[in-house]
Amino acid sequence: MTAGAAAEPRPVALRTEGLCKRWGVVYVNDRIDLTLPVGARHALIGPNGAGKTTLVNLLTGLYPPTAGRVLLGDTDVTRLAMHERVKRGLVRTFQINTLFPGLTVLESVVLAICERTGVARRWARSVARFDAPIAEAAALLDRLGLGSVAHTVTRNLPYGKQRLLEIALALALRPKVLLLDEPASGIPAGDSTEVFEVIAALPGDVTVLFIEHDMELVFRFAQRVAVLVDGRLLTEGTPAEIAADPRVRDVYLGETASEKLG
Amino acid sequence: MTGRGAAGAVRLPSDRWQIWDTALWLVPVAVYFLFPGYLVLGSQVIITALFALSLDIVIGYAGITSLGHAAFFGLGAYTAGLLAAHGWGELLTGLVCAAVVAAVVGYLTSFLVVRGAALTQLMITLGVGLLLLEIANKATPWTGGANGLSDMTVDKLLGVFRFDLEGRTGYIYSLVVAFAAFVLVRRVVSSPFGLSLRAIREGAARMPALGAPVGRRLVAAFTFAAALAGIAGALLTQTAQVVGLEVLGLQRSATVLIMLVLGGTGRLYGAFIGAGLFMLIQDYFARRDPMYWQLWIGCLLVAVVLVGRGGILGIVDALRARWARRRAP
Repeated sequence: MTAGAAAEPRPVALRTEGLCKRWGVVYVNDRIDLTLPVGARHALIGPNGAGKTTLVNLLTGLYPPTAGRVLLGDTDVTRLAMHERVKRGLVRTFQINTLFPGLTVLESVVLAICERTGVARRWARSVARFDAPIAEAAALLDRLGLGSVAHTVTRNLPYGKQRLLEIALALALRPKVLLLDEPASGIPAGDSTEVFEVIAALPGDVTVLFIEHDMELVFRFAQRVAVLVDGRLLTEGTPAEIAADPRVRDVYLGETASEKLG
Repeated sequence: MTGRGAAGAVRLPSDRWQIWDTALWLVPVAVYFLFPGYLVLGSQVIITALFALSLDIVIGYAGITSLGHAAFFGLGAYTAGLLAAHGWGELLTGLVCAAVVAAVVGYLTSFLVVRGAALTQLMITLGVGLLLLEIANKATPWTGGANGLSDMTVDKLLGVFRFDLEGRTGYIYSLVVAFAAFVLVRRVVSSPFGLSLRAIREGAARMPALGAPVGRRLVAAFTFAAALAGIAGALLTQTAQVVGLEVLGLQRSATVLIMLVLGGTGRLYGAFIGAGLFMLIQDYFARRDPMYWQLWIGCLLVAVVLVGRGGILGIVDALRARWARRRAP
């Protein structure tokens, strides 16, 4: 496990420099310097209210930072709108389902593919005649086990399937960097492994940062773990280092988890 | 994972023409032959339906709230009217000019409209409508002000068909233009662009995370709808050969909204069914009960909204779904 950390440095996929977000007088994110090498599988953990989702929102451009920069590869994307960052390969999922209730599963994924390929501007031909996006969407849905519900309207979909659709939408955009905000929240424990296996099976050049509360999943799927406490990056390291760090045990893991890791 | 057949078997609902599409469009054709005395009213229904169709793009597809859509109808009406009053009586170029003028103003105002939430959109569209109404009212030398603009000459349609008192030419002209517009709109809403509009209506917050420029899409939709409304307005001027301030009025914006809600939003045919039903009932009750006809229309609207969401077509959909469930074991 620790061997990966000592390996030669890989090119950087996503980096933040002194990223701050202040709401009123409170710094929700305070001088965060985070580096994700290409192909990383990193977890972001921290107690509730530590600023994890805020960090993802800053990275994706949902709102502007108070200070600091976000770099995607070598490009400074701090001033780009969310949709422009998506076009450059910075893709996210949401903690709470934000889907299209009235569209079918297939329509939603076809739409995402059309947006990625620039087809979504086309207005003179029925979308049903765009074979390539439809075939690609069907293949993706099969891969995620959503093939049988392709024609189901999203609002009629069970919650677990909606979580998978959330991930399908992100994957349809062929992300370079994928930010997953509690991708398995609300899914029964057994099925959440399924979600993470999909993520683990992504191509090696896709960089993943995921927020997750379930420590078992974190230690199983993350190569490195960053710990956010009160808006600051407390520490960062391999799962083993994090599990052994007394500060992390103190502020975050608590008694039960320490026993589990014991 | 699911063991389904080849990916090629997966399809999206196509926009292919169905039998009932043909059946519905045969209704106005039948009216032409069966009710020759109603063709003037008939062409007004068709024009209003086209106007409602353009509002359906704004409300039913793009999800923008508008209470000032008559602004674009009126712009088209006055554009065609001014052209005809100044000696340019050719009809089709008149339509094109009306569409262009309405589209340009629609494009410019769209930037104000697409920013806000529903209430803001409502106020801005309302404001734009009232502004144009007041401009038309004050620009008497051009528009005739409250007296309207009636001193116009329109050419024969395609240089052949003269506009007659029974309204036969006007009826066919309106029907053909409305049909062409319908085919175009149907294609646009079934396109990838149309799908993205529906998605914006369903979840505008999610769209930027798919890389979609929401504002730009809404601007395009609003501009397109404005152009169609302009064509509808121009049709009214050309067939009636008179324009009054009421083409820009709040009354018209509100009535077309009621028609659309009555017929069903986001369904294209809702515009036609809503406009047809509303105007026929209006015509019927206005003769039977000139004092209280609006009361009956109000009752009908309340009943439709209470019985089912999505207007008359929404009720039809619900009944069809129930029927399908009952037939399934």
